[in-house]
Order: sequence, then structure tokens, then C-alpha cells
Amino acid sequence: MSELKFSEDHEWILIDGDVGTVGITEFAQEQLGDVVFVEVPDEGKDLEKGDEAAVVESVKAASEVYAICDGEVIAGNEALADEPSLVNSDPMGEGWFYKAKITDASQLEELMDEAGYKTFIEGQG
Amino acid sequence: MSEDLKKTPLYDLHVELGAKMVPFAGYSMPVQYPAGIMTEHKHTRASAAIFDVSHMGIVRLMGENAIPALESLLPADLENLSENSIRYSFFTNDEGGILDDLMITKVPGGLSLVINAACKDADIAHIKSKIGDQVTVEVEYDNALIALQGPKSVDVLARFDARCADMKFMTFMTLEIDGVNCQVSRSGYTGEDGYEIAIPADKAVAIVRRLLDEPEVEVSGLGARDSLRMEAGLCLYGNDIDTTTTPIEAGLLWAIQKRRRAEGGFPGDDIILKQIADGAPRRLVGILPEGRAPLRPGVEIANAEGDVVGKVTSGGFGPSVGGPIAIAYVASDYKTPETALNALVRGKEMPCKVVKMPFEQKSYFRG
Repeated sequence: MSELKFSEDHEWILIDGDVGTVGITEFAQEQLGDVVFVEVPDEGKDLEKGDEAAVVESVKAASEVYAICDGEVIAGNEALADEPSLVNSDPMGEGWFYKAKITDASQLEELMDEAGYKTFIEGQG
Repeated sequence: MSEDLKKTPLYDLHVELGAKMVPFAGYSMPVQYPAGIMTEHKHTRASAAIFDVSHMGIVRLMGENAIPALESLLPADLENLSENSIRYSFFTNDEGGILDDLMITKVPGGLSLVINAACKDADIAHIKSKIGDQVTVEVEYDNALIALQGPKSVDVLARFDARCADMKFMTFMTLEIDGVNCQVSRSGYTGEDGYEIAIPADKAVAIVRRLLDEPEVEVSGLGARDSLRMEAGLCLYGNDIDTTTTPIEAGLLWAIQKRRRAEGGFPGDDIILKQIADGAPRRLVGILPEGRAPLRPGVEIANAEGDVVGKVTSGGFGPSVGGPIAIAYVASDYKTPETALNALVRGKEMPCKVVKMPFEQKSYFRG
């Protein structure tokens, strides 16, 4: 059974065993506007929580996506190279950024569940 | 958002239309509406869009000495500017740098200037201290200023006042729009045909609503204004030009007319005229990246040997180009179109090349 969690940086992680799929939320893509470029991490890259894991650029500006937890990248979403707008059209699905093997599951405990994240973004207006 | 941000007469309308408001040059301005920058940009190129540019300043210099007085501060030939014609120029400093760029219209009895929001107060102080004894300086506070831009602008505006169709690019006329006298220029900052329209503040919302009722017209924010002007290869003050860049480095020689090149008589003329004769050490060029990664301001440009030879001053995504575009200063040895260079982005070399600007061809009405 997979589990969906959220960070205060507007990232989501879908946890399935020791593998996590990471992306940005609907709220984040709305804030960014039209996404024109995404740089995802290469397979094999070791990420520590808080590292710059990916870059997402809208027409207006570049933003960093920080690693949500420690892990080793299994795959970056190569589809985003040709179709960065997937982040806008399907941020929680086909617009995923990378999959990683989670090396410190304890870091996931401080993340929010869906209801908690919903409350969190309401506070952000 | 900060309490002390100024609001334009169209502020409430922007909020009503769902704009995302951001602080810009001391004003709360719409960066985009729900349609988004990409859609707003493409709509402007295809049809017509309204931009609120009320944050810009309008200053009139009145009196018989207005022309020689203003010519002492900038390198445009105003003596040979005919009535109701407009010229682009820039205030220079003693080092040949640029204090601000502006539009100058010759009006009955003087000159009307449109200056940048962020430089407004400094410009007015500069004018008053240098030539305040030779002209009457009138600062216009009571107008809204909008830009109606795009190929369908003429069709739209002609429904209100047919005379707009005969105006040539870079000319000025008072038109009657919905019963209100408005000061209209055929000009803009998008690379498209269009108009810039000064409207009395209390009538601005009503007129903008009337224009938005026309089927061709949508609203557009500062985000699209920036991507449109980049594609058109137009300089943004504070990014591409500032007190440390000369007009020759910025490729603005075309805005220094022959008489001024011959006679000088503006701040920094020794440096600028020398660069006209001998060339400038660096030049502003268009940069087209090979990949899809946008090059943002501050990104360094290197030659094949890895030596840094330039820096991006404006850059992002060009919605009509369909890819990233940038404007950069490069050492003059590298200014030739098709020169291959590398942009240094996040520690990686990204191949790019020098290109001629504009990235998108302009279509102005020359009559």
C-alpha cells in the first residue's frame, strides 16, 4: 500500500516500500505558471535531505526543488525534457520529477498527509 | 504585501480580473492574469492585449527653450523632430552611461516625456537641477497609461476613433475614446503594432472595460510584457542598460541622430563619440541557447577556451520563439552572429550562439 506525503516546500512523495516518487504539488505549479524547463537528477545520484535535487523554470523565473529526504536516485522523469508542461497539466501524475530509493525513512515522519497539507496551503493564501 | 505600495487607477480592476499582483518599482502591478504569461504573450502577437503601464511617469517640459535644454541632457536630435512625432532617447551621464531611457514627443509649446517608473523621481530631480531654470517642468499625476498592443489593435481602436488608423508608428494624436479625450501614441514595447494611451484617471476603468468588451482584446501582465520585449530585442532599463553601459555598447547608435554625432553637446559625449569612431569594448547581442534551459540574468558566457567573455542581462523563455532566448553583453570580438559560445549554468557548459535581434520580426505601421 503506497502512501502520499507532502512537504512545506510544496513537494509530494509517493512512498511505495523503500521507493519514493517525488514531484511538486498542484498549488506549486499554479504559483509557478507555465513551466518551460525542468532539470531532473541523474540516476545514481545520492541526495541528502535539503540538497538541490531538481530545477524547474517557468517563463518568468527558475526555482529549485530540494530533496525531500535522503535517497539514491533510481530514475529522473525523462519525459519532462521534451514536455515540461506535464508539470502544469498533471503535477501529481505524469509530471513527477524523480524516483529515489529512500535511505532514511525516519525523515518521512515529519511530512504532512494530504489533509494536513490542505490546511497548510490554506494558510498560505 | 507591503502597505506603502502605490496603486494605479486600474488596481481594483486587476484584482477583479484575477491578476497576480507583485511589487514593481514601488507599485503593486499585475504580473499575470489567470490565462498565464504564455497565453497572454501569444494572444498579444496574434490579436490585441491591454497592459497597464500607469506606473511610468509623464513629464512635460514647456517653454521656448525646451528643445535646446533637453538636448543638453541626451543625444537625440529634437530640433529636427516634427510636431506630434516621437523619438526614443536616453539621459546620459558624464561617463557615457545611461541614467534612464525615455520616449519624447514634440507637443505644442514643448516636449512630453515618458520615463521609467523606477527612475521617475531621479529623472525629475535631474531635469530640475540641470535645466529647471530654462523650462517649466510639469509632472503628470492624474493619468492612467495603458498600452494596447498587437496586430488587431488598430481594428479595435478604430471603432472608437477612426483617425487612429492613419497614425504612423512613433506619432502622437489626441483621440476621442468613448467621449473622452485621450493622448494616444502609436508605439509600444512588444514588437507589435499598437498604441499607448493616456486616459484621465477617473475615466480609465470605464474605457479599459469598453476595450476589453471588444472580442479581440484580452488583458496581459508585466510577465508577458517582458517576454514580448525580449523577443523584440528591446532593452530593459536596469537589466540591459544602466549607468555603467554606454549607448554604443547597448547597440543604440540608431537613436543618436547625425547632427548630434557631429556636434556632441550631451553628457559623456567625449566617451560616446570616441566609441562611435573606434568601437566599444563590448556589445549587447542576442543569444540563442541550443538546449531548452533558459539563461537568466547574471549567467556568464564563455568562449571555446572556457574564458568568460560575457554576461546575460535579460533572459528567459520566448513563447513565440518556442524556446529560451537571452540578451547578453559579450566582448566585441564575439559579437558576430553565429559565433558559438557556452553559457555557464549551474556549473555546466550550455552551448549557445550569437544571433541578430529581434528574435521575432517586428511589424510596425509606417504609413
